[in-house]
Amino acid sequence: MDLLTILQVLDSTMRLAVPLLLACLAGLYSERAGIFDIGLEGKMLAAAFLSAAVAYTSGSAWVGLGAGIVASLALSAVHGLASITFRGNQLISGVAINFLAAGLTVVVAQSWFGQGGRTPQLAGAARFEPITLPFAEAIRDVAFIGPVYYELISGHTALVYIALLFVPLTWWVMYRTRFGLRLRAVGENPAAVDTAGISVVGLRYVAVLICGVLCGIAGAYLATALQASFVKDMSAGRGFIALAALIFAKWRPWYVLYACLLFGFLQAMALRPDVIESVLSFKVNAQLLDVLPYILTVIILAGFVGKAIPPRAGGEPYVKER
Amino acid sequence: MDAMPKWADVVLIPLISLILAAILSALVILAIGESPVEALNLMIEGALGSTYGWGYTLYYATNFIFTGLAVSVAFHARMFNIGGEGQAMLGGLGVALICLYIPWPHWSLALFGAAIAAALFGAAWAAIPAFLQAKRGSHIVITTIMFNFIAAALLNYLLIGALKPTGSMEPATGKFPEATHLPSFQDMFSFGETALFRGAPANVSFFVAIIACFAVWALIWKTKLGYEIRSFGHSETAAKYAGISPTKIIMVSMLISGGLAGMMAINNVQGEAERLVLNAVEGAGFIGIAVALMGRSHPFGVFLAAILFGFLYQGGAELALWTKIPREMIVVIQALVILFTGALDDMVRAPLERMFLAMRRKGDA
Repeated sequence: MDLLTILQVLDSTMRLAVPLLLACLAGLYSERAGIFDIGLEGKMLAAAFLSAAVAYTSGSAWVGLGAGIVASLALSAVHGLASITFRGNQLISGVAINFLAAGLTVVVAQSWFGQGGRTPQLAGAARFEPITLPFAEAIRDVAFIGPVYYELISGHTALVYIALLFVPLTWWVMYRTRFGLRLRAVGENPAAVDTAGISVVGLRYVAVLICGVLCGIAGAYLATALQASFVKDMSAGRGFIALAALIFAKWRPWYVLYACLLFGFLQAMALRPDVIESVLSFKVNAQLLDVLPYILTVIILAGFVGKAIPPRAGGEPYVKER
Repeated sequence: MDAMPKWADVVLIPLISLILAAILSALVILAIGESPVEALNLMIEGALGSTYGWGYTLYYATNFIFTGLAVSVAFHARMFNIGGEGQAMLGGLGVALICLYIPWPHWSLALFGAAIAAALFGAAWAAIPAFLQAKRGSHIVITTIMFNFIAAALLNYLLIGALKPTGSMEPATGKFPEATHLPSFQDMFSFGETALFRGAPANVSFFVAIIACFAVWALIWKTKLGYEIRSFGHSETAAKYAGISPTKIIMVSMLISGGLAGMMAINNVQGEAERLVLNAVEGAGFIGIAVALMGRSHPFGVFLAAILFGFLYQGGAELALWTKIPREMIVVIQALVILFTGALDDMVRAPLERMFLAMRRKGDA
């Protein structure tokens, strides 16, 4: 196997890891604040649809991104209402949001475009185009560094770099700001936060809304950068894989990046059975490759990779004076 | 003393939630430029206007009774089984193997064998997530969802490989032998010249579903195991203190749950298709969640909610046929029902409780 093949696989690892990474960070904000969010999947799907639809009509991928975030935020608001204000069951609320997105996207897509629940193909500025970083062309022929820079680091869409920037940003917010400390506290011991005179409800709403923004970017990335249109159920369980990655990473930003890269790598390998065949020198069944990320998710959840302790107040609605 | 009389809790709250979901669904239909009134008329006409429509409504309802009961039993132990879809797929595999490879002399024996196989396969598919939840604390919601994906891939693999008859291009098993044919409502209820339920897929498994309702009721409220399941669901620490093993309850409730979801296959695989096709479950496993929430996890409530969703499903199919409203509208309605009856329960409950308290105070004065 030559360098180019490896770089190609790593390149698609990167591209496939990005939606997982964004969704996983979204889940991190929400769960660190004590709100479980099974609805990452649905929010991504809704954002994917609306971003593709608006990008198609407006001709601008950035406007589409904005629309995707709005769609995701709307569902986040529903989740916040159900799980914070009305103290409902967070799991059930998330499941409802997933179905709502799965149904509404197809119903509305059919009504707007009449193409069997998909959006028209996006082209030109309606899609995020790869960015060639400075000097990529110039040093392309330099041994090793050239191809690595050109193939792997350069040539992604803007959203990929934005997603990567969110990792240190999230780390900084969580561990170096007052807001982050309070956010983590509200997921561990909301009563203490309340006693200190800080609004538990307010903090949790902020966390849920940040989660909405990140899911919105993840969804928009799926439809306007990774692919060039919305198709039915295109999130394909990524929201759930992101949740597993979050547990794997034990709710810590940098580990989230590594976990998502691992899942991205598995998905990239599923697309390249020829590479697997040449490495393992036998043919691996295609269906098996497809379900490998899901099987790995189960294995990770089974805790064969160390004990993961979730935020203590996770999933519990906060009631004053219990 | 409860803030509300029992009937308000059992009837009024689900009814108000349902009306809220219906209003929002009507708004969605309006927004895509169709008339909700016309849509409702079409649905009633298509699902309840003829014995043919009823035959489809009750066929879908049979599926939803099984999956709804499955989710309910798990709910009683405070387990959230979203894996009904995958468990029903595996149940279908069990039915297919039993019907294809065992020469049954009579349909009643075949039904018996198929039901057991379906339950065993469904239960087996629920066993791993249940075990991981009980022993390793892995989140049952995520593992059961993953097992849905894995089940779909497994069936895909088998149906384009080992189970496909040679020479066939379609990803499906061969047709089951004639002897495994379950009597449909048309076979049972048509007398002489008048054929009722003509061509509709409702069949004898509807009655098996009703028996299952009684069995689940008896299990949950009339047996020691049911008592243990309910007390575990109410308070895990209290149940532990009372000497109830969490591992046992999680395993047993999930196995029963998976078995019930798997048994759905006697209806859709043996009763309707008479062979195993890809995507035979058609989302019924997920609808079970809405059915269980709506039916307040009580078998009678599940029965009524399943009929309602059967109506919505068949009505939705009619809508897709005659209007521009796609079939996915039913997923939207299902989501709204889950949202209002499950997650936004307090939104409906709190004002009602206040109202009843105010009324009582007035009565006392």
